[in-house]
Amino acid sequence: MNILLIGAGSAIATAVARRYAAQHSSLFLIARNGSRLALQQQDLLVRGAARVGTRVLDLLNHEEYETAINAATEFFDEEDIDLVLICHGSLPDQEAAEQDFDLARREIDINGLSVISLLTRLTPYLKAQGRGMLAVVTSVAGDRGRQPNFVYGAAKALVSTYLQGLRGKLLPYGVDVLDIRPGLVDSPMTQQFDKGLLWSSPELVARQIEKAIRRKRHTVYVPGYWRLIMAVVRSIPEAVFKRLKF
Amino acid sequence: MANSVKIRMTGVNSRMRLSGWGRYPYVEASVLAPRDADSTAQILKNGEGPRMIPRGAGRSYGDSALAARVLSSRYLDDFISLDRRALTIRCGAGTTLAEILRVCVPQGLFLPVLSGTKTVTIGGAIAADIHGKNHHVDGSFCDHIERFTLLLPSGETAVCSPTENKEYFQATCGGMGLTGMILDATISLKKVPSAFISAQSIPAANLEESLALLRQHNDEQYVVAWVDCLAKASALGRGVIHLGSHSETGKLEHRSKRKLSVPFTTPGFLLNRYTMGGFNQLYYARHRFKKSVNSVYYDDYFFPLDSLKGWNRLYGSEGFLQYQFVLPDDAAESGLRETLETVSRSGKGSFLAVLKRFGPANANWLSFPSEGVTLTLDFKYEPDLLPLLDRLDEIVLAAGGRHYLAKDARMSAAVFRQGYPNWHQFKALKDRIDPAGTLGSLQSDRLGLTQAAMRSSQR
Ligand SMILES: Cc1cc2nc3c(=O)[nH]c(=O)nc-3n(C[C@H](O)[C@H](O)[C@H](O)COP(=O)(O)OP(=O)(O)OC[C@H]3O[C@@H](n4cnc5c(N)ncnc54)[C@H](O)[C@@H]3O)c2cc1C
Ligand SMILES: NC(=O)c1ccc[n+]([C@@H]2O[C@H](COP(=O)([O-])OP(=O)(O)OC[C@H]3O[C@@H](n4cnc5c(N)ncnc54)[C@H](OP(=O)(O)O)[C@@H]3O)[C@@H](O)[C@H]2O)c1
Repeated sequence: MNILLIGAGSAIATAVARRYAAQHSSLFLIARNGSRLALQQQDLLVRGAARVGTRVLDLLNHEEYETAINAATEFFDEEDIDLVLICHGSLPDQEAAEQDFDLARREIDINGLSVISLLTRLTPYLKAQGRGMLAVVTSVAGDRGRQPNFVYGAAKALVSTYLQGLRGKLLPYGVDVLDIRPGLVDSPMTQQFDKGLLWSSPELVARQIEKAIRRKRHTVYVPGYWRLIMAVVRSIPEAVFKRLKF
Repeated sequence: MANSVKIRMTGVNSRMRLSGWGRYPYVEASVLAPRDADSTAQILKNGEGPRMIPRGAGRSYGDSALAARVLSSRYLDDFISLDRRALTIRCGAGTTLAEILRVCVPQGLFLPVLSGTKTVTIGGAIAADIHGKNHHVDGSFCDHIERFTLLLPSGETAVCSPTENKEYFQATCGGMGLTGMILDATISLKKVPSAFISAQSIPAANLEESLALLRQHNDEQYVVAWVDCLAKASALGRGVIHLGSHSETGKLEHRSKRKLSVPFTTPGFLLNRYTMGGFNQLYYARHRFKKSVNSVYYDDYFFPLDSLKGWNRLYGSEGFLQYQFVLPDDAAESGLRETLETVSRSGKGSFLAVLKRFGPANANWLSFPSEGVTLTLDFKYEPDLLPLLDRLDEIVLAAGGRHYLAKDARMSAAVFRQGYPNWHQFKALKDRIDPAGTLGSLQSDRLGLTQAAMRSSQR
């Protein structure tokens, strides 16, 4: 498989990339931290990847998107891209983001707008191929605005809603769109949280993501039981929900 | 804004109840999991805060990877290179044996030493200088380490090998994380013709026979004996000897297996002398009459326990202790007999009792293996267990033996010192390279290698 991975250094993307490397895929990695990117490239090659290309990109710099994506398409040359997986994200300090619009805007950019921008640039490419999959890691946080993380949640919901529409739009072109909604994952993003029963490892999440990609699913909750949990959360009447602080 | 960035960068970390594999003891600890070597060095250079100890997969049984803060290697798990000609692999210290095998086995390459679980990290394997079923012919894990990068307590790095920074090498191999954080290592591999092991089991009616069979098969590559330590009198020490060697035939493939898991802590009373006696009876009976030869997938051969994820929960909420020691050959039989009799009399049993012969010791200061016979016993924690273990310590020391630090949760400093005469050399180096007491564990305090109080009084 030929895979373009954006936010490639995230714990979840790392675990996914390792699975595909073992299957001798070719991967192009876009991430922010150059030295970690170089390590990851070597790692994936040792694990069996056919080829690994890299590009450093801070996704807050929208002007640089074009050249980065060109680098990716050049890497795959005449070959189709089978999968684009967008995996970057940032969990803001909710209190701070409520008080500082510049921060809120940045967080909505990195969790929402940057993804829309990437999709806008990549969609024509996949359309022209007439096949392939666009997969984006959003979050269960987008399912309902909760007090501790609604800036993050709003940005994730923006992406999920966009994906819903895009999925239909791309149907005639044979391009699949997958919305991946993780629950609680033990990763650098959540390092400051105390972990309990509901937490999953990036490796477990990656296994389920790979399965969802293989089965061409539309929206997946990872692990699967989060579909149930979020159904319950969504069903709570607003009169009650507004009093909940979780 | 600054605020949110700061939270991530300085790593305000989650606090967790942590323990070793034996689930005894527990501590409340914060976990630091730096993303790369530079940020790991930054943490040590910064030097502030409570002292800490490196931690890998937490598969040591006792308190060797426990402190107020643990420095996790979980993100230092990248492969760096695989040299098929030199037969070496270089990877981050957080890489597990499982990941290495996943990459190597399909290419006909294999790790030279394996522990009874593949979940351990390279850092943990070096820090405990682990041994496998082939110690008597191949030595221990660190005998196959070409070099590693060590992050000293000061935050400086040193490349260590048997020739370069030799004393750091000899102190760190088996040094239980006290000399610094291992960042990455280069390990020698061996070639194997297949992913299968031809395995053979031979029953042994008592201790004498078990030991004789171990000696007799000292040329076989993998040799280990399972002992029914609840058997008494003339059957004392009866068991089954398992031999193995790499098959010449069979595919080189990676198989992932379905795991069962123990999701909850079961009431500890389920494991008592009657249920365990029953288990041991069955185990022995299965092998009693046959001398069987089988071709077994390496994973099932080396890591039978890994297919029951979380089996440590079977011992109940109080946890359990593993007790492993080695006795020199000449004192082995009488010492083992006395140990087994004492255990048998106490009625406290072992789910697993493993007997194996070690080859000669290496030059590392605190490495456990030394020529002789090693026995491993599991005990469910009970308040009256500790006196029994103290009693066993006396038997072990009187026979000229010592205990494995990776399994220890309760040994006294005096017992440790007697078993490891190089301790003062180790302590002298430790004091020199870590004057501020940046690295230390519950175990190192107990063994008198560090002082918990030292750091708090300094800061
Ligand atoms: C089921 C089972 C079977 C086992 N079988 C065997 C066996 O056959 N032979 C054998 O020898 N052992 C065996 N062990 C013990 C195990 O191999 C050792 O305890 C090993 O050290 C565990 O590695 P870990 O990654 O889990 O390290 P941890 O338990 O996390 O840490 C162990 C020690 O290593 C240090 N350490 C960890 N990472 C680093 C690092 N990066 N740098 C410096 N120090 C570090 C820690 O500070 C600590 O002192 C077994 C354990 C289990 C649970
Ligand atoms: N962890 C969870 O519980 C959880 C739950 C639901 C959804 N998710 C989503 O899962 C995805 C992966 O997260 P993770 O859990 O694997 O955490 P992670 O390892 O912290 O991954 C987040 C990644 O986003 C990157 N990133 C942030 N800002 C960036 C920027 N401006 N430019 C480029 N890259 C940037 C980070 O790069 P650096 O490494 O350089 O910082 C990091 O690699 C994210 O979309 C996250 O929202 C996570």
